Amino acid sequence: MFAFIIRRLLQSVLVMLTVALIAFGLFRFVGDPINNLVGQDTTLQDREKLRETLGLNDSFIVQFGRYVINTAKGDFGYSYMHRRPVKDMLVERMPATLELSIISVLMALFIGVPMGVYTGLHRNGLLAKIFMSMSLIGISLPTFLIGIMLILLFGVMLRWLPTFGRGEVVALGTWTTGLLTVSGLKALIMPSITLALFQMTLIMRLVRSEMLEVLRTDYIKFARARGLSNRAVNFGHALKNTLVPVITITGLQLGSVIAFAIITESVFQWPGMGKMFIEAVADVDIPVMAAYLCLIALFFVVINLVVDLLYYAVDPRLRIDQGAGGGHG
Amino acid sequence: MLKKVETSPLLSVRNLRIEFPTRRGTLVAVDDISFDIAPGEILGVVGESGAGKSLTGAAIIGLLEPPGRIAQGEITLEGQRIDNLPYEEIRRIRGRRIGAIFQDPLTSLNPLYSVSRQLVETIQTHLPLNDKEARARALELLDEVGIPGAGERIDHYPHQFSGGMRQRVVIALALCAEPRLIIADEPTTALDVSIQAQIITLLKRLCHDHGTAVMLVTHDMGVIAEAADRVAVMYSGRIAEIGPVQEVVRAAKHPYTHGLMGSIPHIGHHVDQLTQIEGSMPRLQEIPPGCPFNPRCEEATDRCRVERPNLQSVNATEVACHLFDKAGA
Repeated sequence: MFAFIIRRLLQSVLVMLTVALIAFGLFRFVGDPINNLVGQDTTLQDREKLRETLGLNDSFIVQFGRYVINTAKGDFGYSYMHRRPVKDMLVERMPATLELSIISVLMALFIGVPMGVYTGLHRNGLLAKIFMSMSLIGISLPTFLIGIMLILLFGVMLRWLPTFGRGEVVALGTWTTGLLTVSGLKALIMPSITLALFQMTLIMRLVRSEMLEVLRTDYIKFARARGLSNRAVNFGHALKNTLVPVITITGLQLGSVIAFAIITESVFQWPGMGKMFIEAVADVDIPVMAAYLCLIALFFVVINLVVDLLYYAVDPRLRIDQGAGGGHG
Repeated sequence: MLKKVETSPLLSVRNLRIEFPTRRGTLVAVDDISFDIAPGEILGVVGESGAGKSLTGAAIIGLLEPPGRIAQGEITLEGQRIDNLPYEEIRRIRGRRIGAIFQDPLTSLNPLYSVSRQLVETIQTHLPLNDKEARARALELLDEVGIPGAGERIDHYPHQFSGGMRQRVVIALALCAEPRLIIADEPTTALDVSIQAQIITLLKRLCHDHGTAVMLVTHDMGVIAEAADRVAVMYSGRIAEIGPVQEVVRAAKHPYTHGLMGSIPHIGHHVDQLTQIEGSMPRLQEIPPGCPFNPRCEEATDRCRVERPNLQSVNATEVACHLFDKAGA
């Protein structure tokens, strides 16, 4: 177990270094950073001086080493566009994205799992068939279209919900939250539904097919033959055996949700990291892009680590074997 | 010592018919069978796969899998009719009054729950015991089924036990609430031959100690001869012959039983070739009219091909075969 964690941590470091290399590559190969920093009328001497002070003439290894150390310290450099530390921008934008993503995934889990269990148990029921048909919409419609349709219906036609922004936010230290104000919560509804819909249908279909698989097993039949209640059989024995794939997918999806909140954030003008990234791409603001890349990679790595540890919590067969077997007889 | 004479049977099956409606017509898997099991008696049910043995067992505990259904007949347990009970009531009978043991111990136990949890859960479903008492009972049961070091092993997971040990755990689970009847569906088929004998001996001893009756479903005549008091031979969903085990083994009457006995090798008797029954059991949609065994029977007459034989008493057994029709009957 311990050795496993160490091994996974080392792998994670390797992944992060690779991502850092790509991020660093952005600086060197996507245009000349000096051109982005200075105006057109700067003299060649001044450019050279700046290049020297910024350390851009050092060897590749030295520059990369410096970049990795700075990044690890949370120093992502200055935004070309906004002339302020990228770190400050991230701190400002991250809460919006994380709140949106986590609420979406929770919504997807707490609606998707029960729907999956239900459709798995009542495979031929009318309601289950309706769920399954509706889930096709969730799977096949592109996110931005759902967002725009929600805005049209609830924002423009019914005027129940705000069409853009985060509403009022409350600052808790450096973290700004929209979860504590009415307008913040109202603003969260449509973007989180938009973002959750695909994940929800995915989880529902996954739980359903896993349930169908598990319900056929002997241990479920044996649990019923022992007279256990339906609740204990379906939600205890059966559901727990579907969890490993569900945890895997949910973990991966949480990463994707954070990374691909970009589209939803653009549609709803949500002031999160995704929107910041899109703006950075438009402005060729390389430090921001690089920082975003590293941060998303970090999220993925951490989530995957947590997922691996959750496997251990769920499945005893993966834990260290305390004297298996015991001979025949 | 006089054996106590029981007048009323523990379980009584009357004219049971199990059907599977399919698109191409209704298949009759079990056709009009009747038998009794006395308290404390071990009834062996033997036959080829597809003869309807396991279905009969499943029907008794109300676990026929749809679309299979009881089309006709009655099942009574201690005088109470149980084949038409609502789901919740038959659930309360399962495990409490009728226990079950399944074929494959490797798949009968939920891999994610410890043995103690599965035992305690089953005990508390049926008996009003608190956690501590239930655990004490679980420990007692494990001891009784011969798990060495039960105190240490109670919190282990199924994968930490060998196949034979797991089948002992399964037996303990079936005995949790002291049922009057256990339906053991091929309890030794998946085990090594050396373990089979141990499990059969254990099952016999436990049922003797607890006064539990057993319906022992198997295709192994050896297991029947070893354990059963009476035996029912099934063929194509019907009972071909039923009677005391010595009588059936030593003086088989039905040509099919005869064939079954001839196909068992005996140590000490030298034979050049074991007899075999030509052909195979008809599929459900191809059961011939008359006696279902007639195409494979060497003694079949024209009457066997048109008229279905009913069970009739011959000495101590009952046989469904026209060869034993008394004159004028």
